[in-house]
Amino acid sequence: MADISSNFLGIKSPNPFWLASAPPTDKEVNVVRAFEAGWGGVVWKTLGEDPPVVNVSGPRYSTLMSQDRRVIGLNNIELITDRPLRTNLEEIARVKRAWPDRAMIVSLMVPCTEQSWKAILPMVEDTGADGIELNFGCPHGMSERGMGSAVGQVPEYIQMVTAWCKQYSRLPVIVKLTPNITDVRQPARAAKAGGADAVSLINTINSIMGVDLDRMVMHPSTDGWGSHGGYCGPAVKPIAQNMVAEIARDPQTAGLPISGIGGVTTWRDAAEYIALGCGTVQVCTAAMVYGFKIVQDLCNGLSNYMDEKGYATIDAMRGLAVPTVKNWNQLNLNYVEKALINQDSCIQCGRCHIVCEDTSHQAIFATKDGQRHFEVNEAECVGCNLCVSICPVPDTITMRRVMPGEIDARTGLPVSAEYANWTTHPNNPMRAASSA
Amino acid sequence: MDIHTPGIAAGRLAVADYAQNFSDAHPPLNRTQALIEAERCYYCYDAPCTTACPTGIDIPTFIQRIAQDNTRGAAQTILEANPLGGMCARVCPTEMLCEQGCVRHSNESKPVEIGLLQRYATDAFFAKPDAQPLFTRAPATGKKVAVVGAGPAGLAAAHGLARRGHEVVLLEARPKLGGLNEYGLASYKTTDDFAQREVQWLLSIGGITAKTGMQLGRDITLNQLTAEYDAVFLGLGLGGVNALGVAEPQCEGLRSAVDFIAELRQAPSPAKVPVGRRVLVIGGGMTAVDAAVQSRKLGAREVTIAYRRGLEAMSASPYEQDWAQKNGVSLRTWAAPRQILAEGGRVTGVEFAVTREQDGQLVETGERFEIEADLVLKAIGQSFIAKPVPEIALKNGRIATDEAGRSSHPKVWAGGDCRFGGRDLTVEAVEHGKQAALSIDAFLTKG
Repeated sequence: MADISSNFLGIKSPNPFWLASAPPTDKEVNVVRAFEAGWGGVVWKTLGEDPPVVNVSGPRYSTLMSQDRRVIGLNNIELITDRPLRTNLEEIARVKRAWPDRAMIVSLMVPCTEQSWKAILPMVEDTGADGIELNFGCPHGMSERGMGSAVGQVPEYIQMVTAWCKQYSRLPVIVKLTPNITDVRQPARAAKAGGADAVSLINTINSIMGVDLDRMVMHPSTDGWGSHGGYCGPAVKPIAQNMVAEIARDPQTAGLPISGIGGVTTWRDAAEYIALGCGTVQVCTAAMVYGFKIVQDLCNGLSNYMDEKGYATIDAMRGLAVPTVKNWNQLNLNYVEKALINQDSCIQCGRCHIVCEDTSHQAIFATKDGQRHFEVNEAECVGCNLCVSICPVPDTITMRRVMPGEIDARTGLPVSAEYANWTTHPNNPMRAASSA
Repeated sequence: MDIHTPGIAAGRLAVADYAQNFSDAHPPLNRTQALIEAERCYYCYDAPCTTACPTGIDIPTFIQRIAQDNTRGAAQTILEANPLGGMCARVCPTEMLCEQGCVRHSNESKPVEIGLLQRYATDAFFAKPDAQPLFTRAPATGKKVAVVGAGPAGLAAAHGLARRGHEVVLLEARPKLGGLNEYGLASYKTTDDFAQREVQWLLSIGGITAKTGMQLGRDITLNQLTAEYDAVFLGLGLGGVNALGVAEPQCEGLRSAVDFIAELRQAPSPAKVPVGRRVLVIGGGMTAVDAAVQSRKLGAREVTIAYRRGLEAMSASPYEQDWAQKNGVSLRTWAAPRQILAEGGRVTGVEFAVTREQDGQLVETGERFEIEADLVLKAIGQSFIAKPVPEIALKNGRIATDEAGRSSHPKVWAGGDCRFGGRDLTVEAVEHGKQAALSIDAFLTKG
């Protein structure tokens, strides 16, 4: 059986699934329940300076749901822990003593002054925690006070605070990045420059969930007013994975350990993050939707997958997909695919036809010999994958590679076996002189 | 008085049992169920369900609108194509129409519950139909049209004509409007007086004057109508009951299933409707099923449907056959009635000949058997009574028309069961009325 244990910055956990710093990790009672359920580690909900912050006593969460009420996205406006620092530190120490095999990371957010960081770091170290995570990500509430994403949006601050933490603590430092920026490589480089041992990402995305159209009030609202919150859950996974991959493949940060966060709901999501270079994954929404027991399904699924594929350890599969993430200009423009509809499993809903006809390349016929019948017109198909993406029946429309030497019915020319990308394409005014 | 009481009697059950038995047979979806079911719709291109609907309702559109929580828009889509879409949602044999076409059949053998979704949308609308009118009348044309028969065909025609600004007089022989919707459907298919609520909404468009107790051929003639009106629509239905083909003695306990169903629909309470201890229904259609199941629900201890051919030949769909069997009705096939048995002026049963198919012909095997019964309901089909329309050409005993429903008389259109060429479905009758209204409108407004 595959070994799914994780060793991240020397912090060992029985599995790579950590609960992210969030409401589920705010108190001893929650964290103990999480460890009992099998979570490999937790990032304790962000600690700040006393006096503690105050949260609203109204809606803190709101979800985007599918029609059958499955949660697609979750938004929250909860601030960092609203309990006294001492209470949290005592609980962290007690839980770590009782659960020595689990990862205990403490998330921190204090004002951007050296003294504030210098003061809190030893207190955290005294709990016996395994590491710290710097919350440079929360986009709501705390950012108005110059913390959270307000720090994460300024690479110089990231580097400065990270350096303080490395100076005043022996604990490994994970810098948690905000996605509310234009180029995630900049804050990641800054973290590395400051001496960070790892980055974790993504924190939540600025969001409002909608408008109550009866009251003409944004949703959710507190006494008639609302404020943007942080968005997470399955809907953000593609955004998070891009950012993870950007950091993993950036020559300046390649090799920097990454803890992946964003919409991990199934083992498959986790495996994808690991394939993109993550050593651990952090989970919040799935736990807030299903409860802690879900970790058992994550572990079981990941383990079965690894057995099936022959990956003995997490490290054996970590980062394997990173080399496949490229700039667009590296993609092979001589490679050709065409859609292929399996007539045996086609249920004839016709959606492939209408979306191709209306919005793409008019490359799917709707009739054959006067009968309802959906078939690809290879003379028009550009291989865009839209039909595959919207077909309701799995594996009914697939993409077939047109092999080198075969005639592409669209161009009438044989497909070339040679790799050729945009950088050398004749249509590119900036093309390189030669592909050599 | 209970289910064991011999003979024909009312009040065989407790009051609560009647209430339970005659409540909605297929309860409506609640909002959560409707949203989930709506999500199952694939929003097909050139959707097969719509093609299968005789009225051509744009089904993916109305379901999408339900999914978007826009029930008014959904109802609009339905009622635009089928003004009796509320009743059709209750009575359509969807399993052989829209739901048979659903592509969900292909990979999971479970179509989208189109009928129930249609009901969800129309129920939401009919909960407060007057909030904002869906349809308004076109400016008055000054043309007058007589619509004879206020069943589904006549109502659809009247509504369509009134919408286009024509003045409609709606003549109905019975005391209430609605036709089979009011008199011919099982009570559990249309609870809460839905047929009348729907009629009220249809009339609310204005421009329709309804006159009940007016029977063509008795109270007025077709000649009078064609003389007085610019056009006439005939939605006469089927007034005759087919004969069993054996001697039918005058005896208590032998009656038409259609009358039995009508009596039950019009009764103040099902507890007042007498039913036999043992009921025998002869026939194989929807009327036979409705009569048999309702007999059971009235407290008949044993109910049998006897049909002269096999199950697959029954015009009641497999779904209806299941429904009958679930309700404790026995189906006896390959049984042709040969003699009504009676004693002392009361029916006691029916003697049947066992039949089989031989070279495509139905033949008797020579074997005979009897089924005892104290109530025998004839449900072997109805026929068109052509006597009031001697001027009109017929085909196979029903009114011959063109595609749009125009008869041999240039000012007379016909639709519903009295028109040749249909499957005697409510939804087809509505389409006939709708198309005839378009055709009459074109006729009246041309040049």
